[in-house]
Amino acid sequence: MNKNRPVNLDLTTIKFPVPAITSILHRISGVYLFIGIGFLVWMMSTSLESAQGFKVVQSMLSSGIAKLILWVTVSAVLYHFVAGIKHLFMDMGIGESKESGPKMAIGVVAISAVLIVLAGVWIWA
Amino acid sequence: MVRNVTNLSRSGLSDWLIQRFSAVVLAAYTVFILVFLIASPELSYVQWHALFDHTAMKIFTLLAMLSLIGHAWVGLWTVATDYLKPMAIRFIFLAVVAITLFVYLIVTVTALWG
Repeated sequence: MNKNRPVNLDLTTIKFPVPAITSILHRISGVYLFIGIGFLVWMMSTSLESAQGFKVVQSMLSSGIAKLILWVTVSAVLYHFVAGIKHLFMDMGIGESKESGPKMAIGVVAISAVLIVLAGVWIWA
Repeated sequence: MVRNVTNLSRSGLSDWLIQRFSAVVLAAYTVFILVFLIASPELSYVQWHALFDHTAMKIFTLLAMLSLIGHAWVGLWTVATDYLKPMAIRFIFLAVVAITLFVYLIVTVTALWG
């Protein structure tokens, strides 16, 4: 490789294309979920333990901070899910062109945004 | 070709396949749980416990957890090899990931059969 080739690693001068943004969000949501799943596994385990455990989870979920954590975690699941479906499409060769790639990425942002808002309504309503 | 002692199947192609198969299982489980919870706004302990008492649900839940472990390992392994260049830090990170996923498995098995 030519060592004198021009390189630009100044991220502030680079405009990221939408697929790059959906890709890094997929990764960030995945790393977060590794921790967030712990919260969900704890909720499942405690709620199944006994009627009392079920009540503990129920009453915990009436607190604002627990609702917020649940919403963030459910949002990460939903985003990771939608972006993951795009990956499966791309595995089949759909949405890989210069024209269809950004369209699919915008679709991922739009669909997951709607689902995340609906999740918020579900959790707080 | 990916060949590394810490990747799940010692082959990039198998890792890719594990990632996709587990993704489909996790997607199905997520949809199932979300639909069940949305359809049961007045969920009681008896209903919730009865759901997880079905053998099919136990199998589905355990399969989802095993898929999560494979999926998370391949994903976090990729993240670790991309960003954590000093080997010691990478191995410590992956050890923490492995132990955490093992704890998730034990908690799930105990919740289902405990």
